[in-house]
Formats: sequence, C-alpha cells, structure tokens
Amino acid sequence: MELIVDGQRHEVDVEDDMPLLWVLRDELNIKGVKYGCGIAACGACTVHIAGQAVRSCQTYVSDVDGPVTTINGRGRPEALHAVQEAWIETQVAQCGYCQSGQVMQAAALLSDIPNPSDAEIDEAMSGNLCRCGTYPRIRAAVKLAAAKAQGA
Amino acid sequence: MGKVGKIARRSFLIGSAALVGGVAFGAYKVKTPYDNPLEDAVSAQGATFNPWVMIDTDKITLVGPHGDKGQGVAHAQAALIAEELDLEFGQFEISFGAPDKAYWNRALADEGVPFMSSDASFIAESMRDVMGGMVKLMGMQITGGSTTIPDSFDKLRMAGAVARETLKAAAAQRAGLDVARLSTKGGHVVLPSGEKLSYQELAPIAATIDPVTDVTLRDPKAWRLIGKPMQRMDVVAKSTGTQTYGIDLEIDGAVHAAVKVNPRQGGALKGFDATDALAMRGVSKVVEIAGGVAVIADNTWRAFQGAEALSVDWGDAPYPAEQADHWKVIEGSFNEEQLDKTWRDDGDVVAGLTEGSLVSTEYRVPYVAHAPLEPLNATVLVEENGVTVWTGHQIPRQLQVLVAAITGHVPEQVAFHNQYMGGSFGHRLEFEHIKQATEIANQMRGTPVKLTYSREEDFAHDFPRQPGIARASGTVRDGKVETLDLQIAMPSVVASQMGRADIAVPGPDSQIAAGAWNNPYAIPNYRMRAYRAPELAPVSSWRSVGASANGFFFDCALDELIHAAGADPMAERLRLIDHDPSRKALETVAEMSNWGAPLEAGQGKGVAFVESFGVPTAEVVQVRATPDGIRIEKVWVAADVGKVVDPVNLENMLQGGVVFGLGHAINCEITYSDGMAEQSNFDSFEGLRLYQCPEIEVRALENGAKIRGAGEPPVPPAAPALANAIYSATGQRIRSLPLYSHIDFV
Repeated sequence: MELIVDGQRHEVDVEDDMPLLWVLRDELNIKGVKYGCGIAACGACTVHIAGQAVRSCQTYVSDVDGPVTTINGRGRPEALHAVQEAWIETQVAQCGYCQSGQVMQAAALLSDIPNPSDAEIDEAMSGNLCRCGTYPRIRAAVKLAAAKAQGA
Repeated sequence: MGKVGKIARRSFLIGSAALVGGVAFGAYKVKTPYDNPLEDAVSAQGATFNPWVMIDTDKITLVGPHGDKGQGVAHAQAALIAEELDLEFGQFEISFGAPDKAYWNRALADEGVPFMSSDASFIAESMRDVMGGMVKLMGMQITGGSTTIPDSFDKLRMAGAVARETLKAAAAQRAGLDVARLSTKGGHVVLPSGEKLSYQELAPIAATIDPVTDVTLRDPKAWRLIGKPMQRMDVVAKSTGTQTYGIDLEIDGAVHAAVKVNPRQGGALKGFDATDALAMRGVSKVVEIAGGVAVIADNTWRAFQGAEALSVDWGDAPYPAEQADHWKVIEGSFNEEQLDKTWRDDGDVVAGLTEGSLVSTEYRVPYVAHAPLEPLNATVLVEENGVTVWTGHQIPRQLQVLVAAITGHVPEQVAFHNQYMGGSFGHRLEFEHIKQATEIANQMRGTPVKLTYSREEDFAHDFPRQPGIARASGTVRDGKVETLDLQIAMPSVVASQMGRADIAVPGPDSQIAAGAWNNPYAIPNYRMRAYRAPELAPVSSWRSVGASANGFFFDCALDELIHAAGADPMAERLRLIDHDPSRKALETVAEMSNWGAPLEAGQGKGVAFVESFGVPTAEVVQVRATPDGIRIEKVWVAADVGKVVDPVNLENMLQGGVVFGLGHAINCEITYSDGMAEQSNFDSFEGLRLYQCPEIEVRALENGAKIRGAGEPPVPPAAPALANAIYSATGQRIRSLPLYSHIDFV
C-alpha cells in the first residue's frame, strides 16, 4: 500500500492491521516517533494525519487516509518549527522520550487554537504522559509558542 | 595516545579523596591510579591526559562516565570539564566512555556509611574515606543515588584543568615562551601576541610531555558556565525527534526479538507450544530462555504478535500469590528476630511514651513500578571472540560480568556502548532484559539481536519499589512533640536487587530506615527501629529508594503528633530541627508559601521535610477540596544542594521530582493476584497528567557543606506534604497510598 510521510511517497508491503507506528519505525526507519504503551494511553507515538493529531500505535496502517507528518518532518534541528523553538527555549526535555509526541500534540493544538486558554491546554495535552514530570515546562512552552506565533 | 609518554599517562588518575571535606580548590594530588582507558582509543598523533579528556587531531572527546537517564548529566559532566579546559559547546563530543575501573564512583561512599548526611564529625568523615577506598578498590562505576554531581564536581574540573595546563606547556615549548605568559580561550592557547594555537594542533606535542599535575582549580568567581543557566546539549535533539535511544538502534543485520517470561516473577517455564507463533508472517524462530520463551521476527511488532501467540504453561510464583498475603507477611515482621537495626534511640522513648497524650498510628505504602517511558530494550551480538552490547545502563562493569557469565567469555571481552536512556527511575539498574537478549544472541551467534519489551512485558517484569508498613507511637505535652517511637517493616530492597546482580551486601539494609532515621530533628525522645520482612515479590531501587516510603511514614506521623499537640506544623518543625541548612530549607519554604496567611474555605496547606541523599528538602503543598475532589493548587520547594551547577536544569529536576512523587502518591500501585502484577499499562498505572499538575515554585539553596545531586531528593517530601495538606483542608488523615483509594481527585 502507499503512504505519504513527511512529504515522501512510500510503498509498503505489510499486514493491514500493522499499527502505523511500527510501519513508521521499523519499515520506514523514522525513529522520532516513539513507542511507549501501544494502547493510546501515553501519546509518545503522536503524529499528524491530514493535520490531525492521532496516536499512531492505535491506527491501522490500512486506515491511514491522508498524508502523515511525523516529528522528523515537522521541523529539523537546522530548520525548526515554532513549537520546537519554544520547546528548546523553555528547555522542556529531561529524558526527552515523550517529547516527540508532546511537540506534535502541541503543534496540532496551536494550529486549531492559536491562543489557547489554560483549560484548552490542559484538555489537549493531558493525553500525553511525561514520566519525568516536565509538565510545568510543557505548559510554558505551549504558551511561548502561541505568543511567538501571535507576535510574528 | 602516541606511545611516547604512555607510561607517565597510564599512571594517572585524579585522587579525589584528597579533595573531600569541602575543599573547593587547591593543589592537585595524585594517588595510586588506575590505567587510563583512553590510551587504547586515542590516535598516534592525539593526546589523552586522563580518563576524561582525549584530544585527537580531528576532534576533542570528553568522557562523562555517568549515564544519562534524562537528568542531564551528559551535559553537566561536559560542562565541568569545559569550565576548566576553556572549551565552548560545539567544540567537542561527549562520550559515556567504555566500562572501566578508572570511572569508580567516589560519592557512593557518602551514602554507604551509617552516619547521617548532616554528620560532619571526624569519625563520619573518616568512615566515608574508608568506604571510598572500598568503592575504588571494587572499581564501582555506577550512575545512581543522585551521585553524579557529587562524584564529578571536583574530579572533572580537575581533569579539565590538568588538560589545560598540559596544553599550555605544549604551547610554551612550541613557541619558546614562558608558560606563565599564556592563556586559554575557546579551545585555543593564546600567546601574548594574540596568536592562537588550537588544542588539536598542540595535541601531538602534548602527547610527548608529562602531564602537568600541579594545577589549581579556578576561583568560583571566574566560572563561565557553572552556576549559570545553560542550554543542555541534548535539548535540540530531544525537541526534534533526533535523539537516538537504545530502542532506536538499527545494527546492521539485526533481528528483532520479543520475550514472554513467566509473569509470576522467578517462576518456572513448564512447557510451551510455538506452532501458531511460527506460522505468523515475519516470525523466523522461537527459542527458550531462562523462565520463558523468545520470538525472533523481522520487525518489532511482528515479534510482539508472535510472543502473544505463544501458548505457555507457567509454574507458580516463588512468593505469595495474593497481595493480601504480602501484607500479612510484612505485618508479621515487627518482632525481635526480624529487627534489622535500631537506627536511632535518642532520649528515653519508653519513659516518654508514658507521659503526656499518646498517639498511635499505622501507615503503609504499596509496590510501585518504575515504568520509564522508553520500554526496556537491548541489542546484543555474540561472537566467538567477544560480545557487544548496546543499551542504556547504570552499572556497566557488572553488565560485563553478567553477560560474560552467560556466553562463556571473560568480562573484558564484553564491549558495551551506553545509550541515552528514555527514563529509568531505577529500572535501568536491572539486568534481566540484557541477560535475556544475551541468552537469545548466544543461540544465534554472529547475528545481532535487538530485544524490545512490550509495555506489558515491561510492567510484568518490573521489580517494583518495596512495600512497607510503619507503626508509630508518640506523645505530646504542653503543645510540644515529646516522643516518637517509629517502627518500619519492609523487605530488603538491597538484598533483592544486589542478589540478582550477584553482589552480596552484608549488614543491615539502610534503605529500611533511609528518610526516617536521618532527619535532623531534636525530638527529645526518638527511636527508629527497622525490621526486615522476608523477601516477597522481587523489588528494586525506585527513585529515592527507601526514602520514597519512609519519608511518608516519618513526616506524616510527625504531622499527626504536631496536630495532636495543637501546634503549628511549620513552627513545630522549625522548633525541633537541629541542623542549620535544614532549618533554612524550612524557613525558605515557609516564606515562599506565605505560610500562616489565612486560607479560603476548603483550602489546606501541608508541609513536609525529608533529608535524602544529603539534600535537606522542604515542600509545601496547597490543595482545595472541591465538590469533585481534591485539586492541587500549588507546590513550593526549597532544597539545599550545596552548590548549583545549572539553575535551569536543577529547577526542571526538582519540579519533575515533585510531579513524580505526587503522581505515584495519588494513583499508582502494583498489586499481585495469582502471582502476577495486576497493572499492565499506563491505563492502570497513570501517574500525574498535565491537567492535574500544579504550579511548582522552586528555590535551590547553597548552605550545605558539600555539593549534592538532585535527582531523588525532591520525591520523598511530595507524598507527605500532599497528605498533610489534605488533612488540613478536610480533616481526613490518609495513612496509606495510593491516596485515590481514600479520596477523589479532580
């Protein structure tokens, strides 16, 4: 079947019920997308499909109906997305393992609601677990990214 | 390095024992050394000055032997060297290095002696030196116990200073100038003319001269990096999905493995049928390992699916099958035969209990899992002449020993490439997944095997934090706490964990008492007795170890006594505390939280103080009782780390520790039924989520005599401060965790 990931067209020969997560990680070697739980309880695997944040561990590859954007396509160290800039400036990461999903969730939130309230941030970001406990900085980084976008 | 000068440099190690006792800077002393492992890595033209600095003609490598689990120590170790060596970030690579005795952890000794961290007496310091000698002798290279900064602070700055002075000597020789006229900046030696010689071009000369050992560490006033906000080296990669963790490695030719091991931990494999698994797409092989079965496939998901398709007959657990029976065993451990040690016996507790009003209470804490977000994994290649292991781990040299024992090699034949870790919280002190990957790879010699745990396997085979019960009696009189008699019973985490690593630890287990016996309060009559419950389910060090349980026991019991006395929780703690940095931590958190200001109806504030890993840590939690449950409104933290290396990273670490402590206190426990953990994923073991996370205000103090690590100390006070706040808001005293079994949270 055919997938468009980060602007590139790929042909993959896999089972229909293989989760998109594992197609990305093991078939296409896109390792920025992380495996954390496999049951959509942690958000580490978050990607965008046609602009919407989805948990790739619970999305069958055969159900993918639009172009996929991963953290690796959202921005690169030399060409950062605004949310990544805010994440760096706020120094959110500790172990960093959840942050791919956090950044992708935040990017989707800000594209829907450019200037989210605290309650909207809570609602959008609470499906993404951070075992290190970087939530205070995640909140601050979302607000910084929103402010940057408003200022731009 | 070049062969020239090799002998001189081989006998080279920083003798950090000479620096103990709060000496911030001074003359460098060499003690009996270990060989410098970088001698074998450096090129013919390059120079290595000690086990932490290697300058090749093409690059500069700094070695930070402590593993990075997220606490930012790769950056911190590099910064300590770069501070003295005058390097800028971007001019060097940081490496975790190879396992080596030279990387023994000096700071381990401080926690390994039976003295309170606040005890700076001659005998306590002498014992720390003796223990330090033993740790060195064993060459114990361990990341843990919040020791990275204490171990590294003097040692790595010294390593940088030695390299700097030797490079200056090389430049003096080349330019024919007096070394006193030279300076260093940004990776160069600067001549009086302004001409700059790069460290790399000086390396071949530096390699031929004896290292300059008579160096002086810089005055803290001159620090460029230490104490100032830094951008962590890994933050860009970790914000862009480009940080590689062990789970991301793709070694050429590797196959993917998943395991199904008896979920009744330590139970036998009685038989299995792999017919269905072997018929699945991508599954190539099924092999037996100790206590379980491994499935080999061409990708991770297919290996997981294959493991799920196995039909297996498991033996019984070697511990009680039902959780209620675990509690009965611990309840039955409060007796003379199981008394592990009386850790403290101030005043006359027996007499004290007969005077004033008596309070008796019992507390308990459950098993809790580590559950780092990156599931455990390891890639192992076994060949005839050696083994290679790629994973993130905290005890590299013991890893070599255990892997070699499986494959029949000697430990030195095990090459280990440490990886950035997606969390640990203690789980990456364990070896089961590495032993399993080795067992599989040993049956497929020549093929690299990458074993990844499914989240369910990770939970099933976690060795959780030990459960415990505390019984406290105390008396109050005239508005004051007079007597506390605290007894704690729990299985020995040290015996369980070190037993799996084949390391015998004689004597009492300090972790049954840590966080309870050592708080520097001068309660007139205070006795703390630790009882060793028999081993139950296998357990392991969990962020802050014993203090994670005992801090809750001690501080809540004290809070009950203070309330019984009718005293103010902050004022009475301040009256009783008998250690200046600890008092200042409490005073600071009182000021930050505006303690004593009137609260609104439904609001409550709780304070807790626990000293762990040498860090006096005071926390205040403010909650509000709402119709939907308890909402945590704000947390204030004051922690004395002696010296702050990076204020930004420290703030992040302290906030994260509070989140970790609160989340597990509220809704996490592992319980056993039919011998198996009942919680298998984050739907049943959630921790704190963002919407529940309060604002957390942090202040780091620098009154302590020694520099300390901050990974663990913020965890223990969080649970008692929250429970005390709930009592303040509602009058409900909750005496067992998790709290959500007793009260709702918003």
